[in-house]
Amino acid sequence: MSVRTLPLVFINLGGEMLYILDQRLRAHNTSEDNSEKVMNDIVGTMFSKAFMDELLKPQQLYSHRTMKTVLTRLAHASIMRLNPASMERLYELMVMAFKYQVFLCPRPKDLLLISYNHIDAIREFVRDTPVVLNQVDETHRKIIEVFIIYSPLSAGEFQLLRQTLASDCGLRSVFCSGRRWTVTGRELRRTEFPYWRNYTQPIREGSFELYGNRVIRLGMNMYTVDHPEETHTSKASSVKPVDDSPNLLAKEELNLLARLMGTMKSENTSEAETGFRINLFTTDEEEKEAAAGGAEEPLFGVINIQAMQDQQATTELARIAGQFAEEEEKPENHSSSKGDDLLAMMDHL
Amino acid sequence: MYHKEKSIQIKNSASALYNNLGVLRIAPRRLTYFTVVHANVVNMVSASWDGLNYSHRQLQSKEPNVATSTSLIMQAAFCALPSRDLLVVTSQKGIQMYESDGSIMVYWHALDTPETPTEQAVFARGISAVWENYICVGVSSGAILVFDVPSKGSNITLSEVLEEHKESITDMASECSGSQECIANLVTADDEGNLCVWKSGEEFQLLNKIPGFDMSCSSVKLWKGTVVAGYGTGQIRLYEAVTGILHAEVNAHARWIYSLDIAPFSGLLLSAAEDSLVRVWHLTMTPETNSVEVAHLHNECVTDTQICGAKFCDGDGYAFAVTGYDLSEIIRYVQS
Repeated sequence: MSVRTLPLVFINLGGEMLYILDQRLRAHNTSEDNSEKVMNDIVGTMFSKAFMDELLKPQQLYSHRTMKTVLTRLAHASIMRLNPASMERLYELMVMAFKYQVFLCPRPKDLLLISYNHIDAIREFVRDTPVVLNQVDETHRKIIEVFIIYSPLSAGEFQLLRQTLASDCGLRSVFCSGRRWTVTGRELRRTEFPYWRNYTQPIREGSFELYGNRVIRLGMNMYTVDHPEETHTSKASSVKPVDDSPNLLAKEELNLLARLMGTMKSENTSEAETGFRINLFTTDEEEKEAAAGGAEEPLFGVINIQAMQDQQATTELARIAGQFAEEEEKPENHSSSKGDDLLAMMDHL
Repeated sequence: MYHKEKSIQIKNSASALYNNLGVLRIAPRRLTYFTVVHANVVNMVSASWDGLNYSHRQLQSKEPNVATSTSLIMQAAFCALPSRDLLVVTSQKGIQMYESDGSIMVYWHALDTPETPTEQAVFARGISAVWENYICVGVSSGAILVFDVPSKGSNITLSEVLEEHKESITDMASECSGSQECIANLVTADDEGNLCVWKSGEEFQLLNKIPGFDMSCSSVKLWKGTVVAGYGTGQIRLYEAVTGILHAEVNAHARWIYSLDIAPFSGLLLSAAEDSLVRVWHLTMTPETNSVEVAHLHNECVTDTQICGAKFCDGDGYAFAVTGYDLSEIIRYVQS
């Protein structure tokens, strides 16, 4: 299938993740500074040049497992912490929103417009931090270059891209937000067509430039309006049955993951507080419940991988994992790293 | 005109692929086979005509003797040749041919995959039985592989590679298999909407090339020397195959057309698209005036579903079956 899916997948899934996190940060009454820091850190990591360059190479779509791991690392590239149950729910919400957008876009090329909607919104989130804003602009320019100027995709190729994405979205959580979904998880597409009316030309085409009115509303932030309805996660039984056979591409995927994470800046905590926890459920009790229930029925089959043959990958992974774990144990470094960060920022300006 | 009958439940849902439904009618055994593709698996159902017996089978796309490799399937279709029926499955890795009940794989052809992934995806798509002993399969590069199929056994060989299309092949169709003489008996379509009309033989002959307008042709049929093609714009166009004359253009659907089928004995045309509608049309050929008439007969709306496959279950168009993205059933309609 299509080998050009990854950049759009990450921008759209990442965008959805940021919408959800933004909404939860506001719901938790997190301080302005912390919220901004979290957004800047995540966006900065996601739109870093090395990460984007890796994604833009023609390659097959990652499995759900790999995607989830990379997105978890992305979410934790800041001082915010999510426990496994919350991360699980976050991932489900992200994928459902993205599936909704892929499913409903009127023309295959609108996938690009949906991605641009996400990028526009991300720009708004980081508008006060010039460094990160610049990264977002650079990535947007690169996407325009790749998809429109240098190797423009035809309608048929965009449709193949869309079919590749559609074949991968297997989750079926129930996303009750008013009119959009039936209880069994089927998306609603009701439109009335009053044929007796007078009709004028249909809506104008959205802009494919760096800035502009995209016209299409898919990809915009669904969470800005306060919905009184709750979002419900499905019980594990209604989830599509998982293929339990061991994924022999797992080793390859882990290698790729190691390469990708190696290109992600490991942020040391450069401020006094050591991080704060975010809860995607309405109460702490719900979160504990979901965590307890989730433990017995994991959404994805757990596989044990003996990666002993590839020493390099294991040590590399261990080193990177170690960097994340050591953040809280190096308070003495934070003054020097603070200085480093500042120097780096000044170099960019 | 048609009413809905009991659906057949399948093990997985249908993937969003063009022409994602295969139907083979086995009159002597009073059975019909259905195939629906889901990711890397083909779901096969054998349904008895009395509606009492259903048996299921799943075929995976994998190379023989290589336990681990599976790849995404692009299409599965039945090829009915005079001497035998085969089920052909095309995927990212290659082309598999099975006996029509899916029991034994008789042939495997691997596609050339480059070492490092290139900009263009590699896969095979577009399947048709041609004349007495050929099966043609399209490839993402635009090439068409012609396989010579003996009347028995697995000694299938690649006889020719036709390189005329520059874009990925989407679908192909033929008529006059075995019996009558036809001037043109194969039409192939690609992602740019270009159609090529061929005559089969030891060496296939290109008779005509009908240009597209940069809009993908997702499904194509050939009937009585007329090419019926469905496009991403939701249009259906009827061309005279050999001359390329446009007989009719129908603004049939509001979204991308995913499947077309023709019932050859009655001239009924079935079209299905992402806009959740299945439409039945009637084609009338008048050779004296060299004209074709298209009449709209019937609609079925499969609520909240992007349809990805629709086929008549018999040559008269008495019944048809439909599959939709994310639906785990084959919906059937029968004439009232």
